[in-house]
Amino acid sequence: MPKSAYGKMAASGARWSEKAPRGIVTAAALSGIWLMGFIILFLIKEGMPILSEVSILDIASGNRWYPVSSPPRYGMLPLFAGSCAVTLLSCVIAIPFGTAVALFISDVCPERAREFCKVSLEILGFLPSVVLGFLGMVVLAPWMQAKFELLSGLNMLNASFLLGVMILPTIATLSEDSLRAVSQSLRDASYALGATRFETMFKVVLPCASRGIVSAAILGMMRSVGETMVVLMASGGAALIPRFITDPVRPLTSTIAAEMGETPVGSPHYHALFFMGCLLMLFTCLLNMLVMKIESARRAK
Amino acid sequence: MKTHFMRKTADLTATAALCCCMAISTAILGASLAFLTSKGWGALTWEFITEPPRAGMTEGGIVTPIVGSVQLIAVSMAFAFPVGILTAIYFNEYAADGTLTRLLRLAIRSLASVPSVVLGLFGFAFFCSFLRFGVSLLSAGLTLGCLAIPTLITAAETALQNVPQDFRDASYALGATQWQTIYRVVLPSALPSIITGGILCVGRVAGETAPIMFTGAVYFSPGFASSIFDTVMALPYHIYVLATAGTQIDKTGPIQYGTILVLLALTLGISMTGIVARSHMRKKL
Repeated sequence: MPKSAYGKMAASGARWSEKAPRGIVTAAALSGIWLMGFIILFLIKEGMPILSEVSILDIASGNRWYPVSSPPRYGMLPLFAGSCAVTLLSCVIAIPFGTAVALFISDVCPERAREFCKVSLEILGFLPSVVLGFLGMVVLAPWMQAKFELLSGLNMLNASFLLGVMILPTIATLSEDSLRAVSQSLRDASYALGATRFETMFKVVLPCASRGIVSAAILGMMRSVGETMVVLMASGGAALIPRFITDPVRPLTSTIAAEMGETPVGSPHYHALFFMGCLLMLFTCLLNMLVMKIESARRAK
Repeated sequence: MKTHFMRKTADLTATAALCCCMAISTAILGASLAFLTSKGWGALTWEFITEPPRAGMTEGGIVTPIVGSVQLIAVSMAFAFPVGILTAIYFNEYAADGTLTRLLRLAIRSLASVPSVVLGLFGFAFFCSFLRFGVSLLSAGLTLGCLAIPTLITAAETALQNVPQDFRDASYALGATQWQTIYRVVLPSALPSIITGGILCVGRVAGETAPIMFTGAVYFSPGFASSIFDTVMALPYHIYVLATAGTQIDKTGPIQYGTILVLLALTLGISMTGIVARSHMRKKL
């Protein structure tokens, strides 16, 4: 008997002591929809007025972000480029690395050490981002500055490396789940045909788990786009389109975090920051939809 | 044709490379923790954790941000925990597979993917301005709660799903109604793992900075927040302020490392408690 059938039976009894809790639970559950609705509504309400000040074309193609000069300039291209560059570089670092860690845990690691590896990954994921950002400032930046003879160690590479460390646990844990879901009989069959472990992992297990790994990678990317403290502290904060991986950048998230405190409520600058919030939200929603699509295709299979 | 030797070598190389990857990721964690502990250990004194900051934060302790962080966690959980559990109950016990349920799932998923700084913007526009809570402990706590809700729902739902269907059937067979079954049978047996999920969630919330930066955390406050409409100092924001905005960064050096160590002890301590409790519970199953 399906669970909801009990509910129908109880509801037909229509007693107050049954109806009240049911109503309360449903109302509380619906607050999730309300909350999400309010988030979208308020971001749009506070973000759209900027379009009456500047045209969308100027925002998208302008490469000067001088919100407090007069006249103010609201070109978001460098910020957007900064976000994309940092995110992509962090993914280039973390996706292969995370997949490798996942493969190690699922196929190479001896049973006894597995729990230790998983817990150490999980703790890495629990490191607060402000602490990682701090490490970027006091350890990585001086080291990079001396090693590569740069003007400043606070740059894109620094921030991307730290972001990579941040999203590594997400990618590795989720990938490991889907690698473990590949049935043991497939592995056994491969070994029985004389394949080595390397061949089994890369020709049998990885292709089988590829969808899961792709959605893990996208989820990691989503975290990387939205991460704030690390880029705020370690990326250098110059609103320039990066030409090299050691250039300083100013991604959208760090711009919001750095400037929100100093801007008067209701000013064009304030609306511009909310507009960035809308952009970030749009971007993560697109990635989210992509993941859901991959997941439903996986379930259908 | 590839020789046996080549295949064997490739196999060994791959194994070594994968081991290296795992070793590197553990080493990053170990090195970070060791570095921060060795630098911060000297700053940790009884005075440091029991005295408020003094002299432009170059002296004194960090008791104000510690208490502020605890207050923030309390407010956020007071909001997120009931909503999380009730939503999970709805999904697992009441919901029929309809449009509403699908919409709710979509909303929760989207909520989980909202970047934390965007949640901060929302918190400022909605809680601080629209609902007129002002920049306060309440606004910041509610914003953090929004961040925690999706995680809590997932944890509570998994816990409820793990309650065997037999328990429910037995309760119904005794003549209990649906709510009596949920309240007296399902919830008590799922509660330990729901609480474990909650603890893990607290560990994550305690370290968040971006959502509270403009909704309630302040650079400095002379005392503890005495009502939910006061502003608070918080450990993660304190670290950010000391590291970037301080005019005497060299003087605050030991305080920075000390504060980080306290925050790490708080977040990792809470998280480890959760992890240990969880593995304990898995063994019992």
